[in-house]
Amino acid sequence: MSDTAAAPVPVAEPPRLGLSPFRASLRRYAANHLAVASSVVLLLVTLACFIGPFFFPFTADDADFDNLSAPIDLFSAHLFGTDDLGRDLLLRVLVSGRVSLALGFFGAIVSVFISVLYGSAAGYLGGRIDDLMMRAVDILLSVPFIFLAIVINVMLGKNNTSLFIAVVVTLWLTPAVIARGQAVSLRSREFIEAARAGGMSSFQIILRHIAPNSINVVIVYSSLLVLETILTESFLSFLGLGVQPPAASWGTLIAEGAQKLETDPRVLLLPGAFLAAVLFCLNYITDGLRDAFDPNER
Amino acid sequence: MFAYAVRRIIGAVPTLFALAVITFFMMRLAPGGPFDGNRRITKDALANIERAYHLDEPLWLQFCRYIWGVLHFDFGPSMTYRDYTVSELIRAGFPTSLEVGLWAMLLAGLTGLALGIAGALRRNQPVDYVAGALAMTGLAIPIFVIGPVLQLVFGLQLGWLPLTEWSGGIAHKIMPVVTLALPNIAYVSRLMRGSMIETVRTNYVRTARAKGLGEWRTIARHALKGAILPVVAYLGPATAATITGSIVVEQIFGLPGIGRHFVTGATNRDYPLMLGVTLFYGAIVIFANLLTDLARGLIDPKVSYE
Amino acid sequence: MLSTPMSADPDAVAATAPILEVKGLAIRFKLPQGWVTAVDGVDFELRRGEVVGIVGESGSGKSQILLALMGLLAANGRASGSALFQGREILNRSARELDEVRGSAMAMIFQDPMTSLNPYMRVSDQLTEVLTTHRGVGSAEALEIAVRMLERVRIPEARRRIRLYPHEFSGGMRQRVMIAMALLCEPALLFADEPTTALDVTVQAQILELLADLARDFNAAVAIVTHDLGVIARLCDRVIVLYGGRIMEQAPIEEVFYDPRHPYTKGLLASMPRLDESPHEDLRTIPGQPRAAMGDLPGCPFAPRCEQRIARCTQETPLLLRAGDGRAAACHLVAP
Repeated sequence: MSDTAAAPVPVAEPPRLGLSPFRASLRRYAANHLAVASSVVLLLVTLACFIGPFFFPFTADDADFDNLSAPIDLFSAHLFGTDDLGRDLLLRVLVSGRVSLALGFFGAIVSVFISVLYGSAAGYLGGRIDDLMMRAVDILLSVPFIFLAIVINVMLGKNNTSLFIAVVVTLWLTPAVIARGQAVSLRSREFIEAARAGGMSSFQIILRHIAPNSINVVIVYSSLLVLETILTESFLSFLGLGVQPPAASWGTLIAEGAQKLETDPRVLLLPGAFLAAVLFCLNYITDGLRDAFDPNER
Repeated sequence: MFAYAVRRIIGAVPTLFALAVITFFMMRLAPGGPFDGNRRITKDALANIERAYHLDEPLWLQFCRYIWGVLHFDFGPSMTYRDYTVSELIRAGFPTSLEVGLWAMLLAGLTGLALGIAGALRRNQPVDYVAGALAMTGLAIPIFVIGPVLQLVFGLQLGWLPLTEWSGGIAHKIMPVVTLALPNIAYVSRLMRGSMIETVRTNYVRTARAKGLGEWRTIARHALKGAILPVVAYLGPATAATITGSIVVEQIFGLPGIGRHFVTGATNRDYPLMLGVTLFYGAIVIFANLLTDLARGLIDPKVSYE
Repeated sequence: MLSTPMSADPDAVAATAPILEVKGLAIRFKLPQGWVTAVDGVDFELRRGEVVGIVGESGSGKSQILLALMGLLAANGRASGSALFQGREILNRSARELDEVRGSAMAMIFQDPMTSLNPYMRVSDQLTEVLTTHRGVGSAEALEIAVRMLERVRIPEARRRIRLYPHEFSGGMRQRVMIAMALLCEPALLFADEPTTALDVTVQAQILELLADLARDFNAAVAIVTHDLGVIARLCDRVIVLYGGRIMEQAPIEEVFYDPRHPYTKGLLASMPRLDESPHEDLRTIPGQPRAAMGDLPGCPFAPRCEQRIARCTQETPLLLRAGDGRAAACHLVAP
């Protein structure tokens, strides 16, 4: 019994053979123009950051003393001008984008991995173990993530590894809760009972049945996590607690730009625009993925 | 309802305690301290300092001492600001942080709700698109970009709002509050819009319509109550998000709040300061979560059975 | 066998003017693939004191008819035709105009009481607001009336229970609450959409009996939508048989059960398992599957599955024509 005054729907053509739910979801995603466009833009930005710098005849640290604080001139060697030390702005943004994006994607993958395993195990095992595991998550969640991230950062010293760990440790929590929810609803399904009856150990069941079947929810949250990792890293870098000089990420550039606001707003606006663009795209992509893959929305 | 409230309050205590344990031991076990590489300290001086700060005692004793202090609202002395204790610093900075934070949450709540409801009731009309665009902006552009951009536009270019010398006046508060509120406005409006759309399609709203109660009354009395639940549930996380944001906002706008103390403490490895601020804010979040649970209990009668 | 009709004397009923006259009702829905017809060519009348059953399979459009009359169609639905309630057109009126009669003179009982009652409001509030809105009474008096109505629908300890929330009632009691809510303003016209489908079998009979008693007490015109012939047999004076969004047959209840004319009606009745038959025979079914929204195809919607079809059936849509006293059928084979 559906919950709305549903209109009667005529029977659609019978589905073609072999269309797995996964492929069906992919189709739905492909039909979402906004999401697809965002995916394309994101891809372009990523390519620009990783491959683009090779097309420049100089590096991000090269100071062009003839062209200090050059304005935007799309026909010159410096497309978006230079900063007060003569470094090409666009190139700096692209190179630092590598750090932001790499940390973002990689961090998200690791977070997803950890959270799905943790959440699936907790949800499936249930009872005391579940209580304990989720209580731990609850406690960690009650700390505003920034504190956790900073504390870890301080403990482990200021380098990229600790940044990575800090980001992952704070972000795996919410997806773990979601994964647990999925596991709980999966646990009582018949095919799990069949697996148990067939003699599979709990560990095997978690690994081969529960976790993969949460894949839909995981996909949606992965995308969200990439967004959050990039955001978190930028946040920490902005505060000076993330990526350390001489390396740079969009966060550090924006921090620099915020200080130079009165003299040269471009240093803020260019990386800010790139960051915003990437986050915009990720938002639409996440929405699209949710519409296409999330079983709870169907 | 009362029993539910009591249970929730009691449940918050162990969480707080666990938080204290975790942060304390993380701090103490972390390598290094505030005195590393700062200046040359003689071994004796170092030993004296350690004794003064009780750092030479066994860990568990330090912990008990700490908990005892916390219960008396004493977080110990700050190691960077030599003349002040941590609680003094917190007390000094809290009013500012609280004010900006509360205003931001109020703004976010009211604006977000209004936009969300408007967007849901007038779907795909201009109001919806405007609200949607605003939401997307707040969600996609980080506050440390929005803040400086607002400063750029309203402070430098237009000169409407002041950029320097915090005076506590309203003009100084507008930009930080708006900056801090934007992400939450975005989130709340999207949450409310989705929830409202869903609620309006339920069978019980259809029944309300069938009773001839009139569109306004149907929406206000029947749809709103159920629709607002996800937003109420978001109150806890919203508080945490606002606290997080306040650190950056205070940095950008130079506000004399607690956030910057935390960053200073982090940079200088001032453990008591970091610990104190973490615990303090953690308590606030736990408190906010408590309020959220209580509010949910008031709206949804089924919740009290949890 | 069939219970005696629950309503008043049929001759007296037939003598009064109809309170609801539906002519040429059609309901269309706008889907991504275009407009789709769910219901077409529906004509019927209702009089005070009679209980009419609208029976059909899932997807036959029967619920949509009630929703259209109440002005509750989904946003992508459009109703056309005419429906006169107490002489005034109610089809395609604005919500504000309909609100005058909805809940007071015209009321509806929905299928699933769990989701049809507001889980966040006390039952007392959900009941009294009908009275304060339509009858203008104060809240104290409204509460009194509501309590008495709950007692009338046989809810024990009504005065205490009225303060509870819907989830604190059992399924059968929730449906009683819905019935009470619909009857508070003593409606002249009562719609019931599958009122017992969501309930336990044991509770169904009680609810039906309650409905019948109250309908008689208020001398209301009742239209019940159901797929269950047993409910029809228990309650109704007249039956409208719906298939594919079109009326197949309309007749007084005795004639439908003992002398069905339309092939679909015959098939429907034949498919009911009977206690006095040998249990070892195969169940009889109507071959094929029903399709929703068949209203766009030419010919009789039942033709694809009809064992008695002739060539004409798939080309020309049969009209609903008189087939005897107080009955009508839409079938080329029954044409007078």
